[in-house]
Amino acid sequence: MEKVLLKNINSQKSSDIHEYIKGGGYSALHKAFEMKPFDVVDEVRRSGLRGRGGAGFPTGMKWSFAVADTQMPKYLLCNADEGEPGAFKDRVILEKNPHLLIEGMVISAYAVGAAWGYIYLRGEYPKIKDILLNAIKQAREKNYLGDNILGKGVGFHLHVHCGAGAYICGEETALIESLEGKRGQPRIKPPFPVNEGFSLKPTIINNVETLANIPYIIEIGGDAYSKIGSPECPGLKLYSVSGHIKKPGVYELPMGVTLREIIYTHCGGIQGDKKLKAVIPGGISTPVLTPDKIDCHMDFRSLTMVGSLLGSGAVIAFDETVDMVNVCLRITKFFEHESCGKCTPCREGIGWMRAILGRMCGGAGRNDDIGLLMEVSNNIIGKAFCPLGDSAATAVQSFIGNFREEFEIKIQNSNIKN
Amino acid sequence: MVMLNKELLKEINEIKSKYPDSRFCLLPTLYIFQREYGWLSPQVLEAVAEALNIPKATVKGVSTFYTMFKHKPMGRHLVQLCTNVACMIMGGEKLLDILKERYGLEPSMTTPDSRFSLVIMECIGACDKAPAMLVDTDFHGSLTGENIIDILEQYK
Repeated sequence: MEKVLLKNINSQKSSDIHEYIKGGGYSALHKAFEMKPFDVVDEVRRSGLRGRGGAGFPTGMKWSFAVADTQMPKYLLCNADEGEPGAFKDRVILEKNPHLLIEGMVISAYAVGAAWGYIYLRGEYPKIKDILLNAIKQAREKNYLGDNILGKGVGFHLHVHCGAGAYICGEETALIESLEGKRGQPRIKPPFPVNEGFSLKPTIINNVETLANIPYIIEIGGDAYSKIGSPECPGLKLYSVSGHIKKPGVYELPMGVTLREIIYTHCGGIQGDKKLKAVIPGGISTPVLTPDKIDCHMDFRSLTMVGSLLGSGAVIAFDETVDMVNVCLRITKFFEHESCGKCTPCREGIGWMRAILGRMCGGAGRNDDIGLLMEVSNNIIGKAFCPLGDSAATAVQSFIGNFREEFEIKIQNSNIKN
Repeated sequence: MVMLNKELLKEINEIKSKYPDSRFCLLPTLYIFQREYGWLSPQVLEAVAEALNIPKATVKGVSTFYTMFKHKPMGRHLVQLCTNVACMIMGGEKLLDILKERYGLEPSMTTPDSRFSLVIMECIGACDKAPAMLVDTDFHGSLTGENIIDILEQYK
C-alpha cells in the first residue's frame, strides 16, 4: 500500500513546502474549506479515527464537544510531547513531514472554530523546533496560515512551545499547565479541556499522528477511511519498533496488524535469530506480553483482551538473554523520576517499588518482597491522581505475572548470599 | 544584578505576543536566559521574575520542576545519554563505565576542565538507533564503546 503518513520521507527535501505541494499536499485543505465546518467534523466522526496518543478517544466526538461549547476563543493544541520510552513515531512526522501536520491542524482548526494553536514540542527534540518554525513560516508565506487563509476569511495562527524534559506533560491537562508557564501537574477532570482548557477556554488537544491523519480522511472521505484495518478502530497506524529487532524503525501499517507480522514479517525477526522472550506492545507504560500472545491484533480493543494496551504503538522486543527483573527496575526508576509529586500514592508508592526492586537486583531481596510489591502496587492502582501512577503499578504487576520465576530466583540467590 | 540588553528585551516582547497572558511566557523566557547565561543562577531567576512581573518563588518553583533547566554551572558541552529500556538492553548502561574511565565523567557531574557535563536522559525518542545520546543539540545513535569516544573527541 502507498504510504500516507510517511509519504515521501526518504526525499532529502521532504520537509519543504514545495516538495509537499508537488506531491499533492494542501489539496485536502482546499477541499475542506469548500465544506461547512460541521461537515468536516462529521467526516472525521464517520472515519472512526481514535486518538493516536494512547488513550484512543474518538476524535470526531472530542471535536463535536468543543463545537457545542459556544465560548470563544477556542484553542487547538498539538501534543508533540512524545515522551513514552519506546515511542518515536511522531518524531518522523515532525522531522520529515511537518506540512502534513500543519495541514491537518489548519483543517482541524477550521472544523472546531479555533483561531489560535500551539504545537507543544518535547524539549528533547531541539533540532525539530527549527524544522517546525521554518515550515510554519513557509505555510504563512503561501497563505495556508495567517489572518485570511486562502482568502476565505478564516484565520489560524500557529506557534511552537518547547517543553523542558517532563514526561507528565504528555498528559493533556499537565500539558496545558506547562503551556501556561506552570509546573506540569495534572488538573482534576471534569472540567475537561474541551470546555475549560488553555487559558480556561475550550481547547482541543490531539496527538501529532491523529492530526496527520486528517488530510487523508478529508481526501478519501470518512467512510472510505473507516474501511482500513480493524473495523472497531480503523485507520492507519504508525508502529515504532525497537529492542532486539533486526530492522528497527517506524512502520506505517493498517490498524490491527498482528504483533507477529510486525516483528517477523516487517522487521525481519529477532537479532541473531534468538528466541523472543517478551514484548512490550505500546511503550513502557503498557503491560508486558509473553511470546504466546503475539498473534494478537495491534489495535485498541484486541490488546485489552490479552491484558495489555495499544498505547502509542511503541513495540519493544526482548530476546531470551534479557533479565526481566532488571528491565522492571529500569521502568520503575523511570516512573519514579517522572512522577510529578502531586499525589501521594504515585510519589511515595513508586519510590518504594523501586527500592524493593533495587534490593532484589542488588542481591539483597527478601522472602516476602514479591508479596510486598503486589501490595504496594495495589495501593497505587485506582488511587493515583492521573494515569502515571497506575501505569507504573500495572507495569510491575505484569512483569511479576509473566516472569514470576525470575523474581523468585533473584530472591533465592539473595538468600544464599545472606 | 543581571541587566537585560535591548535585543533580549525585544526577544522577550516577541514571545509575549504569542501568548494571551505574559505569565504564560515563563518556559520560553527561561530557555532564553539559560542560553544567554549558561545556567539559571538565583540572580538570573530574579531577572526572569522581573521581566515577566511574576513572583520569584513561582519562577523558582517552575524552573526546578523541569529537568532541562539547569540550576548549577554546566560544562562547555552537555552530554545527554539515554539509558531507558531500549537503550539499556542495547548496551547503554555499559557506556557509562566508558565515560567514567575515559573522562572521569559521572552522571550529573561536570569534568574538572569544564569540558563535559553528563546527564542521564529518560528516552530521547531514538529507540531504533539505541543506544543514543544528544551532545548539545546534536543527535548521535547506534553508539558503541569505541565510537562514543570518537564522537566526543570532536567536542573540545
